[in-house]
Order: sequence, then structure tokens, then C-alpha cells
Amino acid sequence: MIDFFKKKVTNYPDYWLEYEKNFTKKPIEDLSLVRFVVLDTETTGFDYLNDRILCIGALSLIDKNIALNQSLELFLKQEHYNAETAKIHGILKNGGAYCISESAAIEELLGFLKNAVIVAHHAIFDITMINRALERNGLPRLRNKVLDTSHLYKKTLLNSNVFKKKEHYSLDELAEKFDISKKDRHTALGDAYITAIAFLKIRNRLKGKGQLKLKDLLKMG
Amino acid sequence: MKNTISHRVADFLKNFPPFNVLGQTDLETLAQEITIVYKEKDNVIFAENDEPHPFFYVVNKGAVALKKGSDKSIMDMCDEGDIFGLRPLMAQENYKMTAKAHEESILYAIPIDIFKPYAQKNIAVGNFLIESFASNTRNPYSKSHRGKLYDEVTLINPVAPDTHVLDLQSVQYSKKLVTCTPNTSAKTIAMRMTEKKVGAMLVVKDKMPIGIITDKDLRNNIVTGKYPITTKAKEIMVSPVITYNKHLTITQAQMAMMKSNISHLCITKDGTPNSKAIGILSKHDVMVALGNNPAVLIKAINRAKKIKSIKQIRKSITHLLQDYLDQNIPIKLTTKIISELNDACVKQIIKLSLEEMPTKPPVKFAWLALGSQGRSEQLLQTDQDNAVVFENVPEEKLIETTDYFLKLSKLINKGLFDIGYDYCPAEMMASNPNWCLSLDEWKKTISHWIINPGTDEVLLSSIFFDYNITYGDVNLVNELSEHIFEATKKYPIFYLHLASGALQNPSPTGFFRQLLVEEDGEHKDSFDLKRRALMPLTDAARVLILSHSVKSINSTAERFEKLAELEPNNEEIFMACSYATRALLKFRTKQGLLHNDSGRYIAIDKLTKEERIKLKRTFKTIKEIQELVSIRFKVSNLLR
Repeated sequence: MIDFFKKKVTNYPDYWLEYEKNFTKKPIEDLSLVRFVVLDTETTGFDYLNDRILCIGALSLIDKNIALNQSLELFLKQEHYNAETAKIHGILKNGGAYCISESAAIEELLGFLKNAVIVAHHAIFDITMINRALERNGLPRLRNKVLDTSHLYKKTLLNSNVFKKKEHYSLDELAEKFDISKKDRHTALGDAYITAIAFLKIRNRLKGKGQLKLKDLLKMG
Repeated sequence: MKNTISHRVADFLKNFPPFNVLGQTDLETLAQEITIVYKEKDNVIFAENDEPHPFFYVVNKGAVALKKGSDKSIMDMCDEGDIFGLRPLMAQENYKMTAKAHEESILYAIPIDIFKPYAQKNIAVGNFLIESFASNTRNPYSKSHRGKLYDEVTLINPVAPDTHVLDLQSVQYSKKLVTCTPNTSAKTIAMRMTEKKVGAMLVVKDKMPIGIITDKDLRNNIVTGKYPITTKAKEIMVSPVITYNKHLTITQAQMAMMKSNISHLCITKDGTPNSKAIGILSKHDVMVALGNNPAVLIKAINRAKKIKSIKQIRKSITHLLQDYLDQNIPIKLTTKIISELNDACVKQIIKLSLEEMPTKPPVKFAWLALGSQGRSEQLLQTDQDNAVVFENVPEEKLIETTDYFLKLSKLINKGLFDIGYDYCPAEMMASNPNWCLSLDEWKKTISHWIINPGTDEVLLSSIFFDYNITYGDVNLVNELSEHIFEATKKYPIFYLHLASGALQNPSPTGFFRQLLVEEDGEHKDSFDLKRRALMPLTDAARVLILSHSVKSINSTAERFEKLAELEPNNEEIFMACSYATRALLKFRTKQGLLHNDSGRYIAIDKLTKEERIKLKRTFKTIKEIQELVSIRFKVSNLLR
């Protein structure tokens, strides 16, 4: 007899189940206790379907502190490869750094992320790239909450007719505005670092609107 | 784990002692364990008597003030690369000082457990630490280190020395010696002195100072025709040279100069004329060390070759301002001097930025300071508001020319940011394409504002019309002013709108004459001095002076004085306004210095009774001038 009540079981690997377990707890609202993971991906291009992640850089941020011994920098082995973008990122195919497979990278990333709130610049791009990689490996989408510094930054700007906000602000513009060195620009971890400092500075500027809670930030971007 | 960021941290640390003596591998290993800490302005990193953290700190960006005691006087200011909070960890005692972020700062927290083995293993590191603890400075090498950083300017003390310790403090002399041989000709000497921008040249033989030639000697001997221009140095030099060793104190130097009536002392290795000359000390250096002379500061600014040195000088300017206020020097004079100094800083930054550009400007241009800076009322550093106007060019050249000035403005805006002027949140800066226009484009924009005076246009013109030229071609600016007068005469309705704009700021007092405070936001329960008190005066002065077509008077107080002169029947009220403006400005500056901010928001409950009365007294004047404006421009008929 077919058991209609039986849950549809898919065989997710242990690391995914471990990752999912993190989300059973209620999220923390006090910003000084929330763990943020600021991440950036370097990819072979901007096509969600055909392009692949070259490198993932992620920093963990708790209470305005970034501990460097808790950071992640993963280089991925490539099948698909686009010479044009490699010029920007300087990551040659399987060259230089120690490269791992996409599935191994996913396992590491999920283990690092846990239930942290993800912060990224133009986050939709990075998240979609990661979700595509998960999909290719037969896994569901990321469950983390996401903040986008490009949206948050816009909230710090004056609301005035005199001055037109732009639709998008690049990471370069943020770095210039906040006087952050662009030394490691276009490496995943370097961009993650710029994003992290920009995120902190944005939070400082948003503070004017009273005590910030996580849900306020999530509402904004 | 070694990665891009730890690499970057190591890269930074290797420039500063004691990390500079660590090997690359050690440094990389250490950097991997570092935590990057972000602190907002005024955040406390640790407080006096706190238990020691498991870290000590290095400033990566920003500045940290170390304070001590109940009066919280600043003991030390840590800049980029400075270490703090290490001593208590080594001595295993509680913190003896409070560390507070003086600006928004990024710190590297280095775990002591990881660092300690290096200190024990590496003798150079150990010695550095012992020396720095013994001398009780955070960095015993800092002086010589700084000498390398700013060798074109003698160090301007970031913290003006306490007058009590002048007797003990040794002077900072310039180590970059400009010397010649006894056989150098007077012409060569004069040329080299001009090139190196020095006032005296040391004549040396076998590295020993045998004489000195100053500007005065050249004037007295060569220019008078007494000696030909080909005369050799030995003929005209003053000899012997007064020499001292480098431990000379400021007071000693002053006395030596007065005693022998000379302006330069030579510093030699052992203090006698028979040893190697290592430096020269001018009257200028002594004055700088005293740090309270605007003329010297101006000179230092004009000599600055790096934006970083201007930042140091700005700190001295702030101290000067504090001194003036403490000594109750008339605010009129104070404003003038400080504005001049700020102006000189901006000018120097423009000059440095121009040098950085690959080519000279294609056409004439002028750099305009807007808002409070344009009105010469900016005592404290606030946001920057500025614009560029350049000469008209043929249409096909316009894009190219605009591009050049945008690039230049970007450099200047960054330079201003680096010395402490925040970026304008509304982007009213010359690097914004809307604020970097040719003369004709500006005329068009201004006409548009004047002909279509909506709220935005009035706001924009009220910011722009207080422009003042900081650098460049005056004719461009005059032409712009003429255009404004002509346009406003043609469209007098504009006055009405400008006047109604002037009356829109909220009143400072409520029905019961109590001070009105902000009801929400970051500054809840504090009084907005700028919006409720200063702006109504500034706005009123602007529209009144514009209706008289008076140009090139920008300061609000001076505008009121001029108005009093133009309208003798209203002299009393205008003079009262002039007085009120100055009083409020002084008030704001004092508050700003006290809290290290712009002084705009005042916590009413922190004011003394006397201060509150003073403040309220100015409000009566504000009310009167607003009535005058409202009647004169018949604002009540239309918009209100």
C-alpha cells in the first residue's frame, strides 16, 4: 500500500542537514550578537546559467569585529572558463591557489555560513550564483537572511529633490565615499572586506534613526 | 588560515615598529590571528581600570585618544600605525588610561598570546617594548620616524605643548640641511635658497659649519651693491655660527636667538662648531613649536608638500581657535584669522592637486567655496560645499574641458576629505557634474533658478549665492555676480521667494519662551542651533544684501554691518543682528570644540543659566529681523 502521509524524502547529505538544523532557533534581534557573514564571489561571467563561481571570499563579523582566523577563501576548479573575466580577477584556471571541486566548496561554505545573516554588495547576484551551484549539486536554496549593502547605502543618502539618487552604486563608489582602500579589489575576499567595512560605516550612519534592530536592517535591504 | 586580508594586514604592519623587525613569515602568521575592529567616533575601546583584554591594538585608520583621570585630559593621540593597550598586558595589570575613538576608526586587535613569544624570541622587538615602556611613550621612534615622513616641513606638534613644559621640551629642527661651500657664489646661493624655500644657508667645510648666510645678509651685501653677485660665500657669510646640540629646549633656543639677535641656530653633533652639522633651527621652527602664531601656520601650510602634513597643521589651527576662545579674543577677529587659515589649507590642496594632474588646466577657472565656508563663517570643520566655474569654451571642447575639471575636483574633494572636511551628503561638490560648469552654463542654471523659483531652486540658490572664490580667476566670479544682480532685477519676484525661504525656519522659542528642542531623531531633546538660530539670520542677510546688489561681502555679520550703513534708519536692528550672529557663532564653536563635533546640536540641560539667557537674548533680534524681511518683501501676501 502506498503511504500517502509519508514525507517525500530526498537523500540530502549530512552537511546539508547539519546546515538546516541551524535554522530551528529563533533569530537574534540584538545587532551586537548577530553573526554576519560578509561574502563576495568572483565568477567567470554574469550569466546565471552558464557561468561558474571562480572564488568565494567570506568574513565573519560579530559585534563590529572581524576575526581573520575565521574567514573563508575558496578557489574552485573550473570546467567552464572565460578568458575575458579572468583578466579582471587574475585567477587563472586552476593556477596559483589550491582549487577544490564545486561540491567540496559548497560543503565548506555551508559549514561556514550556518545561520548567519549574509551581507553582500548587489547580493542578488552572489546569492543566485551560489543557489545555482547548490541546484547543480541537488540541493535546495540557501536559507540565510540576506542584506544588500547597495540598498542599505541608498538609505544613508539624503532624501532631497535637489539631489538625485542613482539607481545603483558600485562597490568602487562606496569604497571612495567611505575612504576604504581598494587595494585588493576584484579578489573575492578583498571585495568582501570592503563590503564589510562599508556595511559597518553604513550602520553607523543609519543609527540616527534610533536603536537599529536586525529586522530594521532586513526591511531596508 | 593565510588569505588575502591577512596578507594585507601584514603588509600594513610591516611599516611600523616593532613589527618592522619581524620576518615576513612571522608577520603573516601573526596577521592571520588578528581581529579587525571597527569603532564609531567616541566609542570606548577600554576604560581606565578595566581588566586587560586578551588583545592589544594597532590603529589602522582613524585616531584614538588616550585619556586619564577624572578630567579626562588627553594624554596621547594614536594615529595610523601606533600601538596602544600593550603595557598593561605585559605587566598584567588593569588599564591605566581610557582609550576612545577620536574619529571613526579601524583597529587591528592582536592577541597577546600569539604576540608574546615573538617579543621573547626577538631581541629587537623586546628592546622596542622595553624602551617604549621605560620612556613612557607609546613609540620611542616616533619622532625620528616622523622626521622621515614630513621632511619638507618641520613637525607641527599635533598637540600644542603645554606652556609649563616648554622649558623641558626639546625642539624639532629641520634635518634637511641646505649647505654650500665657502667658494659658492652668491647668485648660486640665492637661487638654491629660492628653490628650497629656506631663509638661510649654512656654509660648511668638511661637514663642519663655518658660517651662515641669511636672506638679510644677501640683501645687505649683494642687493645694496656693496659686493658683486659673483662674490664667494666666505666673503659675506656671518661667522662663527652659533651652535647647540640637539637637546636644546624651546626656551633655550628662544633665549639664544634673542641674546645674539639672530634668526638661525645650527645644530651640531656635540654642540660645538667643531663637529658635524646635523640640522638648522630657525626662528620659524621655534614659533611653530609654540604653535600659536597664525603667520607661522600660514607659512607652514604654504610649504606643505603633502596633504598629510596639512592635516597635522589643521590640528594646530584647532588649538589656536581654542586658545582664542579661552582668551576671549573678539569673535570677529577670531573668525577672520581662522577663516584665512582654513582658506590657505584649501588653496594649498588645490595647488597640490593641480600638480598631480598630468596637464595644466586648459582654460581659466575658479574654485568657489559655498555655504558657511563661502561666508567665511566656518570655524569648525563641517561638510564641504564647493563648485567650479571655468571659462567658456567652444562647444566641441566642452566635454573634454568639463572632464578635466571634474577629475581635478575629484582630487581636491578627496584632499579636503583627507584633512577632515566630510563629503557633502547632498553631493554639492565640484566633482559632481552639476556643480562643475562653464561660465555660460552657470549663467543658464542661475537664470533658471531665478525665473522659476520653486522650493528646490530657492534652496539651491541660497546655498550657491554665498559663494566666495578660494582659488583661480576673479573675473569669472565677478561676471557671475553681475549676472545674478541683473537677473534678480529683471525678476524681482525672486526676492519674494528667497525672503519667504528665509522665514521658513522654525522659530527658536515656543509660546512660553521656552527653547524648542528637536522632537525625534538622533538629536532628540537637543536644540538645533544652526537651523533655528543661525540660519534665519544668514538667510535674512542674504536676501537683504542681494536686494542692494552688494557683492563680495559674504559674512553674515559683515553683511548686516553693511546694511546698517546703507539704511541708517534701520541701523539699530541691523547692528543687533550682526552682534547676534557673532554671539551665536561663538556659541556654536565653543560647543563644537567641547564635543569634537560641528556644534550644531546643543543639549539644553547642559547649559549654564547664563548661557541660556545669552542664547535667548539673540532670539528677540531674530524675531525682529524676520518681521522686517516679511514686511519689506511683502511675503505675507503671497506664500504664507
